[in-house]
Amino acid sequence: MPNVTYIQPNGQEVTIEARDGDSVMETAVRNGVKGIIAECGGACACATCHVFVEEQFMDKVGQPGDLEDDMLDGAADNRTECSRLSCQIKMNADLDGLRVRIANEQV
Amino acid sequence: MSERILIIGAGQAGMQIAVSLRDAEFDGSITMIGEEPHGPYQRPPLSKAYLAGESDEESLELRSPAFYVENNIVVITGERVVDVRWDAAHGTAVTDTGREVPFDKLALTTGADVRRLGVEGEDLDGVLYLRGMADAQGLKQRWDAAKNVVVIGGGFIGLEVAAVARKNGKTTTVVHRNTRLLSRVVAPETSEFFKQAHERRGTTILLNTNFARFVGENGKVTGVELEGGEVIPADLVMVGVGVIPRSDLAEKLGLELANGSIVVDAQARTSDPRVLAAGDAVTMPHPLTQEGQIVLESVQNAVDQAKVVAKTIMGEETAYTAVPWFWSDQDTMKLQMAGLNIGYDQTVVRGNPDEEKFSVLYYKNGRVIAIDSVNEVLDYMAVRKALGAGQNMPADKVADTSVKLKELVED
Repeated sequence: MPNVTYIQPNGQEVTIEARDGDSVMETAVRNGVKGIIAECGGACACATCHVFVEEQFMDKVGQPGDLEDDMLDGAADNRTECSRLSCQIKMNADLDGLRVRIANEQV
Repeated sequence: MSERILIIGAGQAGMQIAVSLRDAEFDGSITMIGEEPHGPYQRPPLSKAYLAGESDEESLELRSPAFYVENNIVVITGERVVDVRWDAAHGTAVTDTGREVPFDKLALTTGADVRRLGVEGEDLDGVLYLRGMADAQGLKQRWDAAKNVVVIGGGFIGLEVAAVARKNGKTTTVVHRNTRLLSRVVAPETSEFFKQAHERRGTTILLNTNFARFVGENGKVTGVELEGGEVIPADLVMVGVGVIPRSDLAEKLGLELANGSIVVDAQARTSDPRVLAAGDAVTMPHPLTQEGQIVLESVQNAVDQAKVVAKTIMGEETAYTAVPWFWSDQDTMKLQMAGLNIGYDQTVVRGNPDEEKFSVLYYKNGRVIAIDSVNEVLDYMAVRKALGAGQNMPADKVADTSVKLKELVED
């Protein structure tokens, strides 16, 4: 199963083995990773699971869809070119080793 | 000895109380008891992604079983609390298996049950309600074989199920007794939009329509008989006509109730200072105006009110002032709502409903109090933020879509 590493704003890291097909958000929330709030449970409705994908993974992860793009504009922490909502990134073998930095502010 | 907290009700609110207490470094014991065989899970996807086959049981878990163990949160599932006794110093809850759980403080997050119709034919196979995982599994088991789906009730859950049914190619009919859809929660403009949008997708919407009974053969539903005698063929019926708060335990404890809901203050305290409550089962002061008591059946309310419960337990100063928000996914339409439109005296439509991309802003005395947005995330976000900051956007300017709402914000 693919691994994903979460990096807290203070630099603390945790690596979790994700279920294939689960989102980066679900994997974080179910395992109690702090800083990913995900109030809406993954419906792309709240922008409280904002992460910055480490640049070398951006090609594999891809760009946000239109709705997510708009949501990111409204996110609490300023977006960058590597911003994604982690509920919209599904884990698979291809993304094994993925590293994401959790946004400073989510609400 | 450190404090013992008992949470009755293992849903979104109960889970959040436990998590927020541990986040605040609460060092006492936390026990959560739920009737369902599962630990806390997400309910919203049951009528959306789960039904559409896009998520499974495990992905609905709010936290993994290991999380509760690591955080020293005891989760007891499959047991119902039948009695609570108070002694001088503490309380004891008794479950239906005879288990006794002593505690110092109690949090009730008992949620709500579906309102049942009590009409002829309700027990036929294929007539289903949707509230919990077991209901959703029953619906899903019968889903693929169903050709004619009838939804009773044009509220959020009914329209969400209708949207999935139609998308899956089923003949779909919504029977609603009111003159417009979502009549309890949105303005006529939004109601009319959803009627047309569902009709465009091929769903039949019957408004102002009462039905008499469910008809069936060999114990299985075959149709829904309307008051006039007409029968709509159905091999699957989903009834979504609202919920009723689960407050029997609260009643037993002698707590103040209003219309069946547990009355709490802005600190989430019930009429008994030893008992707190949050979520679908409660009624609380309006979080933004503090005028009147309201009931909010939503994930947002469960989460934000649970956080207030945790703070009150920790002895922190707190008040429930979170901006209410809500969403509903219906096929390609994402409805997002912020604020509460209670008592509105003006609406402004922004954007074009026919393109399924628009917002309805609600005003009271010239100040924005709420928004419904369909596929217009930025509008929704702008109003949600403004409401949180106590700001306004002038009603005579918000219809102009060439200007972003966030640029119109004023005090």
